[in-house]
Amino acid sequence: MSANRVRVVVTGLGATTPVGGDVTSTWAALLAGQSGVETLTADWIDTVPVRFAGTAAVDPAEVLPRPEARRLDRSEQFALVAAREAWQDAGAPQVAPERLGVVVSSGIGGITTTLNAYDTYRERGWNRLSPFTVPMLMPNGPAAWIGLDLGAQAGVHATVSACASGAEAIGSAMDMIRAGRADVVVAGGTEAAIHGLNIAAFAAARAMSTRNDDPAGASRPWDRDRDGFVLGEGAGIVVLESEEHARARGARVYAYCAGVGYSADAHHITQPEPEGRGIIMAMTQALNNAGVSGQDIKHVNAHATSTPAGDVGEAQAIAKAIGTHPLVTSTKSMTGHLLGGAGGIESVFTIKALQDRIVPATINLHDLDDGIEVDLVHGENRKLPEGDIAAVNNSFGFGGHNVSVVFKGA
Amino acid sequence: MAANEQDILAGLGKIINEITGIPASEVTPEKSFVDDLDIDSLSMVEIAVAAQDEFGVEIPDDQLKNLKTVKDVLNFIQG
Repeated sequence: MSANRVRVVVTGLGATTPVGGDVTSTWAALLAGQSGVETLTADWIDTVPVRFAGTAAVDPAEVLPRPEARRLDRSEQFALVAAREAWQDAGAPQVAPERLGVVVSSGIGGITTTLNAYDTYRERGWNRLSPFTVPMLMPNGPAAWIGLDLGAQAGVHATVSACASGAEAIGSAMDMIRAGRADVVVAGGTEAAIHGLNIAAFAAARAMSTRNDDPAGASRPWDRDRDGFVLGEGAGIVVLESEEHARARGARVYAYCAGVGYSADAHHITQPEPEGRGIIMAMTQALNNAGVSGQDIKHVNAHATSTPAGDVGEAQAIAKAIGTHPLVTSTKSMTGHLLGGAGGIESVFTIKALQDRIVPATINLHDLDDGIEVDLVHGENRKLPEGDIAAVNNSFGFGGHNVSVVFKGA
Repeated sequence: MAANEQDILAGLGKIINEITGIPASEVTPEKSFVDDLDIDSLSMVEIAVAAQDEFGVEIPDDQLKNLKTVKDVLNFIQG
């Protein structure tokens, strides 16, 4: 690691999730082991084999002014709510517009808008479509609206890599600051995909839990009885800043955004590579990029989505790339899987774990599957040690995309 | 103002409030959409679509651009 490289810090956090409408309520719910997964009541519910999801705890359309909300896809609503929280949390930094950037992603984009607009077009004609249909459905919409809201001119980007999208956005934002393209970048992920078609499509891929009689127990990473992921929705956003810029304005620093590793499996479009080579490469590169060793990593917020194929492979890859010592958890056991939003909220959780030196327990993990040597946090929350600590957030996506982000305690 | 026109004005005020957040009480006949109410062209399209649903009157694009004031819309809807 170059000694004079720009260091990047986290100065603001925002989140709206299935367990809380902001960071404070979400983090308290995670530490209390609360599930945000509930039975759905939508009119299409009898047409799909999965009848539950992690619906957002707070409807973003109730938080935003009505004229604003009606021009936004739900994924954009989540992103704006979380970005505004993060921006205020960072103290609304004074930064020149040409030094302020945005990297915010979604895995799927405004798909509910697309589907509803298709119905309107077919049933009532083209001229009944909202003139905002295109900006509501485009996958760069969340980033663009945040950029407009903050007046960001240094570049507004949307990195799309399915369920790795949010983490890739944060990695890209860090790279943007390191490259000298911006002093402050708002970054993260958002998703609003709880719709019959999406559930049908994921169910067709046999990727989802069908534990309809026990929604809160359905997301059970590493448990022998896990049967697939649980869909969640919401957004997680961080404000990243060059350390120099943050120190100059006396900002509170949560953590260092210290390194990122990217890789691709080049193996299968949806199945994880059995030896975990791609995810080992992403974690190893992230550690090297951050200039830390495996021993420095005390906590991993795992991707672990509660699928039979993925969870154990990731645990084994963590043991190989980092070691068996970190406290590993999957907060998806409580929030469900936010797809492109996952890397956003889970980076927020990783940073909160470093700040409070506590790792929330994975819930629903009662019968540990075979072949796992890492220290999985379950049953009760566990404390992180005093002194210098670092942590990894993993996010992997359909397509074989792997992203690992390293955060270091402030 | 005829009773019918009052009803249309009230309906239009409700639509404009829903779309732009402008209080319905500020939507009065003499107001210009651009100069007084600060309503842009895409919002006018939204208002026209909603007005079609509310009043059952189609407003073609070439007519829409001639509707400069609230009074113009009232007159158009009343035919």
